[in-house]
Amino acid sequence: MRSLPCKTAARLLLAAAFAMACGCAAVDELAKVGTAVAESQGKISKEQSQSITRSTGALAKAAEDFTPEQEYYIGRSVGAVIVNRYRPYREDQANGYLNLLGQALAQASDRPETFGGYHFLVLDSDEINAFATPGGLIFISRGMLRCCKNEDEVAAVLAHEISHVQLRHGIQSIEQSRKTEALKVLAVEGTKTFGGKELADLTKTFESSIGDITSTLINNGYSRAFEREADAAAVRILSRVGYDPNALAAMLREMGKRLKPGGADFAKTHPSPASRIEDISSMGVRKPSSPAPAARQARFQRALGGV
Amino acid sequence: MKARTALPFFLLAFLLAFAAAGNAGKMMSVQVKKGDVRATPNFLGKIVTTLAYGDRVEVLETRESWLRIAPAGRGAAGWMHVSALSEKRIVLKAGAKDAQVAASGGELALAGKGFNADVEAEFKSRNRNLDFSLIDRMQAVEVPQEKIALFLKEGGLAAEGGAR
Repeated sequence: MRSLPCKTAARLLLAAAFAMACGCAAVDELAKVGTAVAESQGKISKEQSQSITRSTGALAKAAEDFTPEQEYYIGRSVGAVIVNRYRPYREDQANGYLNLLGQALAQASDRPETFGGYHFLVLDSDEINAFATPGGLIFISRGMLRCCKNEDEVAAVLAHEISHVQLRHGIQSIEQSRKTEALKVLAVEGTKTFGGKELADLTKTFESSIGDITSTLINNGYSRAFEREADAAAVRILSRVGYDPNALAAMLREMGKRLKPGGADFAKTHPSPASRIEDISSMGVRKPSSPAPAARQARFQRALGGV
Repeated sequence: MKARTALPFFLLAFLLAFAAAGNAGKMMSVQVKKGDVRATPNFLGKIVTTLAYGDRVEVLETRESWLRIAPAGRGAAGWMHVSALSEKRIVLKAGAKDAQVAASGGELALAGKGFNADVEAEFKSRNRNLDFSLIDRMQAVEVPQEKIALFLKEGGLAAEGGAR
């Protein structure tokens, strides 16, 4: 039994070495290695393994094919749709605090640099909601901020949203066909600037892509797997900056009390707080060694006490 | 049993050697609008120069997620986070051949092509109810690094920032 962790470590290192040696194909290949292992252990069927391999490859590729610059333009338009539906909360102190805290967290993520950087805005809504657009525009409702009792819990909400940006979840909700259409236009376009037809075609594809993302963010939500990935990445960010990662579960407990069944907010688009707390409890969350100083709670109260 | 125990360590040594040597001498491109180059490998490092989108850099050294780079043209060497750089060559003025390579997912990316400012303008004209000035205002907010450093210090958080 003793050699088991050793074996697992060797297997992981082998996979990592393999990925580094292969460069770009690494994601596809890693998925193949992972599914092959699961298949050999009888955990999943051959058909399941083939389907996982196929979809992982396609998703990773779709996310890769939009440059960070294109991701930036997609994010701006998704953001414009969000602020049209939920108006901005025009309170400088709350927004300034959110941007300061958000930048500190984004810099600790695995993707601190995006084309246009991370930016944060409070939405004037009682709904419990938060949105992250591709490229790093992040929106948090007043209702969501009211679920947070301290700075660590606000940090948990922001870190979760930053993680969706880092993991390119928004871009992955764009249908594959849109990407194919966009690339087709790109290929025929060549050196000339856009003619009327190309621009019209591309704008149509753009509009559909924005629709794919906004309906995912506002109506359908991501898969539970994506939410778990974002929670796991959020826990890492919180630990790196020195916040208590347990704040994520604490915030979710409060949210669980406040969410109304059938509501058009997180109740609709996210797995239940209870199931997320259960997932988080298996992530090996550790408390920071020193307690939060009084100054941290004081500035939280100053900025968001009246939200 | 001994050989088994040694295997992970051997692999780890291989990985570390690969990570240290793998990137040196490689050319990369700045894939963000504003490519800040810093004196030390963290965000608190003084900015020694700022590169533009598409600028080419040579990788001199790797330390975790930070690369010490030298700009291909003028400008001081320094550190950039790997997320600001792309392995692809970013072509600012694309020729027909470049477009073919980029569209087939090749080793180049075309700047300003595909979903761009023109497409956004066209989208805007079709959706006049959307107010992009709110987004412009949101993006105009810049937080100086000194304020982030102070925020971390006063909050009893990781003084160097949490960047890897």
